Amino acid sequence: MNWLTDFFTDPANWSGSNAIPVRLLEHLEFSVIALLLAALIGVPLGLLIGHTGRGGVLVVVSANVARALPTLGLLVLLVLLFGTASVWPVLIPLIALAVPPILVNTFEGIRGVDPELRDAAYGMGLRGPQVLGRVLVPVALPLILLGLRLAAVQIVATAAVAAYVGLGGLGRYIIDGLATQKYEQVVGGSVLIVLFALAAQALFAVAQRVTVSPGVSQRVRIR
Amino acid sequence: MDDGQPLFRWSWVVSNWDNDSPNSIVNLLQAHIVMSAVPVIVGLLVSLPLGLLCVRWRWLYQPVSGLMNAVYALPSLALFMILLAVTGAEPVTVIIPLTFYAMAVLIPAVVDGLASVPEHVRQSAVAMGFTPLRRLVQVELPIAVPVVLAGMRVVAVSSISLVSVGALIGQGGLGNFFTDAYQRDFYTPAIAGIVLIVLLALVADGALVLLQRLLTPWMRARRSA
Repeated sequence: MNWLTDFFTDPANWSGSNAIPVRLLEHLEFSVIALLLAALIGVPLGLLIGHTGRGGVLVVVSANVARALPTLGLLVLLVLLFGTASVWPVLIPLIALAVPPILVNTFEGIRGVDPELRDAAYGMGLRGPQVLGRVLVPVALPLILLGLRLAAVQIVATAAVAAYVGLGGLGRYIIDGLATQKYEQVVGGSVLIVLFALAAQALFAVAQRVTVSPGVSQRVRIR
Repeated sequence: MDDGQPLFRWSWVVSNWDNDSPNSIVNLLQAHIVMSAVPVIVGLLVSLPLGLLCVRWRWLYQPVSGLMNAVYALPSLALFMILLAVTGAEPVTVIIPLTFYAMAVLIPAVVDGLASVPEHVRQSAVAMGFTPLRRLVQVELPIAVPVVLAGMRVVAVSSISLVSVGALIGQGGLGNFFTDAYQRDFYTPAIAGIVLIVLLALVADGALVLLQRLLTPWMRARRSA
């Protein structure tokens, strides 16, 4: 435990480009950008496939492939091939691995909506896009948020691994600490990453509470 | 970025296939299989009784699944590093976190699987005089098999791909090829590693599908009827 206090009280970790707040912001910035881009791809595609019922095979295949692909290998290969002049060789694998959980859960959420509910919406005179926006999405929201949460967790973890191929962020403490045999730095960085991941998880739990309609989450019994 | 090195050198595969080095393809493949199979098996052995407890005492499920959700969110790299001080740069440092990830998926799978047993089936078993233990082993668990095996497929495939992160502490099985590729600016080991890991995942997934067919013959009978 001394290691931890050493790491967090070392003034070198509170100033300059290696300061904890700087690394934390880098990690946050990178994760948010990756999650946003992945959501921009995964959510609309999942809504479309779920609503039209076409292309379900794509969903299943992408989910399986994404789980099997080793992130470290993908990062190393893309960085070796394209260099680190731009951030894309690191960003693309992150996005590629974050899209499937979003896509799959959005798709499952929309497809899992009770068909009677869907029919009732059409019967009330709503058109396709209105049914999607006013009925299907609100009912599917818990699963859509679950997909986003799994993607976020995945991105935070992979961004840490990406420090190995030169990305900034909290993973730097681990990689640099291993290289220079400063073990307190390795553990300190790991603890920060764990806290960061838990905070992201908690944020999504709160988001779910706030955005999911009480009727859907059954916090209010309609009887 | 490199001069004109070819994307893939087959000669590397030949010379590294089974030489005496601990980093030969065959040796790393073996290590990879062990490091990804142990978490799946141990995870299942631990999740079965825990899942049963959660079904027996419903109030337990909420806190257990909350805890497992949190565990699942913990980045593997960070866990490896924290464990490194305790267990050293050994395979077990990779195996322990992967076992917890496996439990995070398998405990809910066991609970959902047992919940999928239709009430009338349970009552028939009771009426036929099955003792609770016999009912569990001969009726409820077999019916839970498809859901549990679906969880095991997820766990097996993700364990196989996650083991490679262990390469950063020298214990990544085939993942060691990734660090090797990066240090030498050499594409071939990275590509070989990715391909072998994906193939291993496909084989494991296929084996579990086959296992499910063997364990649930009635599913096929119903479909063909």
